[in-house]
Amino acid sequence: MAYFRSHVLISIDPVCVQKGAYDLIRAFQDELVKQGLIDEIEVLETARIGNPETEGPDLIVYPEGVHYTNITVKDVPYLVEEQFLKGRVAEQFVQETKQTLDEEFSAPRAKEVRVILKNIGEIDPLNIEDYIARDGYMALGKVLTEMTPEETIQVVLDSGLRGRGGAGFPTGLKWKFIRAAEGEPKYMICNADEGDPGAFANRRVLEGDPHSVIEGMIIGAYAAGSSQGYIYCRAEYPIAVQTLKVAIEQARSLGLLGENILGTGFSFDLEVRMGAGAFVCGEETALMASIEGKRGEPRPRPPFPAQKGLWQKPSNINNVETYSNVPQIILNGAAWFASLGYEKSKGTKTFSMAGDVKNTGLIEVPFGITLREIIYDVGGGIKEDKAFKAVQTGGPMGGCLPEKYLDLPMDYEALGKAGSILGSGGLVVMDEDTCMVDIARFFMEFTQDESCGKCTPCRVGTRRILEILTRICDGKGRPDDIDTLRYLCEEINENSLCGLGKGAPNPVKSTLEHFLDEYEAHIYEKRCPAKVCKSLIRFEIIDGDCTGCTLCARNCPVQAISGERRQTHVIDPDICIKCGICEQLCPYDAIEIV
Amino acid sequence: MPVEVKGEQDVRSFVRTLVKEQGSEKAELIPILHQINHEMGYISDEAIQELSERMQIPASHIFSVATFYRMLSTEPRGRHVIQFCESAPCHVAGGRQVWQSLQKELGLTNGETSADEKWTLITTSCLGVCGIGPVVIVDHDIYGNVTPDQVPTLLKNYD
Repeated sequence: MAYFRSHVLISIDPVCVQKGAYDLIRAFQDELVKQGLIDEIEVLETARIGNPETEGPDLIVYPEGVHYTNITVKDVPYLVEEQFLKGRVAEQFVQETKQTLDEEFSAPRAKEVRVILKNIGEIDPLNIEDYIARDGYMALGKVLTEMTPEETIQVVLDSGLRGRGGAGFPTGLKWKFIRAAEGEPKYMICNADEGDPGAFANRRVLEGDPHSVIEGMIIGAYAAGSSQGYIYCRAEYPIAVQTLKVAIEQARSLGLLGENILGTGFSFDLEVRMGAGAFVCGEETALMASIEGKRGEPRPRPPFPAQKGLWQKPSNINNVETYSNVPQIILNGAAWFASLGYEKSKGTKTFSMAGDVKNTGLIEVPFGITLREIIYDVGGGIKEDKAFKAVQTGGPMGGCLPEKYLDLPMDYEALGKAGSILGSGGLVVMDEDTCMVDIARFFMEFTQDESCGKCTPCRVGTRRILEILTRICDGKGRPDDIDTLRYLCEEINENSLCGLGKGAPNPVKSTLEHFLDEYEAHIYEKRCPAKVCKSLIRFEIIDGDCTGCTLCARNCPVQAISGERRQTHVIDPDICIKCGICEQLCPYDAIEIV
Repeated sequence: MPVEVKGEQDVRSFVRTLVKEQGSEKAELIPILHQINHEMGYISDEAIQELSERMQIPASHIFSVATFYRMLSTEPRGRHVIQFCESAPCHVAGGRQVWQSLQKELGLTNGETSADEKWTLITTSCLGVCGIGPVVIVDHDIYGNVTPDQVPTLLKNYD
């Protein structure tokens, strides 16, 4: 490993790239050459550091740990001169001190425990030596030289590791099945088709610590008796695909992949396959069809992939996060892993928090933590301190849970009982201003669109539900709609092949259960309690509050507002398109939605 | 993705090169379609025919695959492709208003290409940058925290 006195880690988060992160990298390299420092200071790419939207492009200088934000190409000569020639911190670019940085990395936010995310943002994902320096591939060495495949499976079984893709099947058991299955070759597959809207944990792991996944797969392959593996990554993640390809090449060049790994006689190789934009390909049988070059349509199970999978051969499919856990289980022991977590759900889980919560983004917490702790302690509470209304867990096929479930411990079983799923760890937090019928309609739009069309209940049923929900939101709901929705939810769930169809009704089912009053208000009273559904609301100007400043009238796109200067204005409901611009602009809050 | 329009012979020889490089195993079909889509902007009939001959796969199968995946197009697209993220985190962050603004500004609905072949408007599934929703992508440029009134200015960046 070449020795550098200092490292510059530049974030190549997609937003930073859009803001010129690669130009910045080139500028740094040019400047370092110019100053004769290129042998002393290394410029590296890393995953997201701070908030790319407000701080990007940003970078960190190690070992000082100084975080420079909003750096442009023209700042580079000054920065290099101050930081590396004079050894001073260029204060005007520093927005965060080292202390807050430490909170972001080494000391995670309150209640977070980082197992999977521990390397992210701290190592260069494009340099295998960085990973090795942090005990990378030690677990592989241990497994190949000291353990039999059966012992490896036993450790994973004892740890209690379960599939992080959502179904929660015990990983060790899966490996046991494929080991016992007849047929050669056996395939090891990594599901990196992270399609759930709002879930981006896999992207961060693949972009920030690809070798943890690769090492987990090689260990799995040894346990399963597999010689060939595939990582199926969605095409929406081009940086992840590129990072993986580089990582695989580096692992191969060091003899960690390919023939005769570490001289032990065990051989295994790995390829990256790209999706092409089909949500259903995250389903394991559809994923295998897609690798084979077919339409990504699911097929009935049995036969399970462990018997007849890819090209009719025994295959094992695990999620990115599942594989990423494996090296650490081997290194730290099954008991360590099992000590994290809760009842039947062991270890940690990443959640991608989005929606109306103050701190959005990726978190990693031990199983068993409550939703309240996640939303209020880790997430900082609801934006603008509004009231919490619901949280949807587990992606588009998850249920929407109301306040009474906030003290629910997060694990596979508890969420299942509450009518939702853990899924891929998406968390969409919704505040009091969210219309639950509109949200249900929205999720149905997604599943209806993504249904591959193979099973009629899913293809036609989701369409029918969407039509009914749209009708209700338009104020044309019928009294029997609620019963029809319940019936359709049941039928679609029972009669579809794969998880997409089975889970598609969940958002509707859960909102019907917990927010029935909102459906009823829409249908019987033609009223949207959250004041979201346009057909059911009206904008009005409050007589005493309007000062007649004319701001609203001047900005109305359809000239629906009239009135003299200093006189109360009036909105013509026949012309108004309910765009809400007037309400946002009014400096006196004189416009209300009724 | 600035599109390079190619004549039929160019298309056929381009496809032949791809098959030669990647092999004619059926598993290579989707990667090859990706590359055709990337270079040509869409997958033309000629490309499908040539691919069918070279890979010994029925054209109907290739067509069924090409139409199944959202990122592959069998229709020509505009010089600039606008992708709007339609997933929940962007939706609750005000995405619907941005989508309406996009449609109004371009005079297009989902999947349409403008008559002057400048724009194609499509929706995309989640891009995993949910922290900055609503998200709009023009060609390869990502725009985050987009508001409806930013849309006209955003579009002016392209010609």
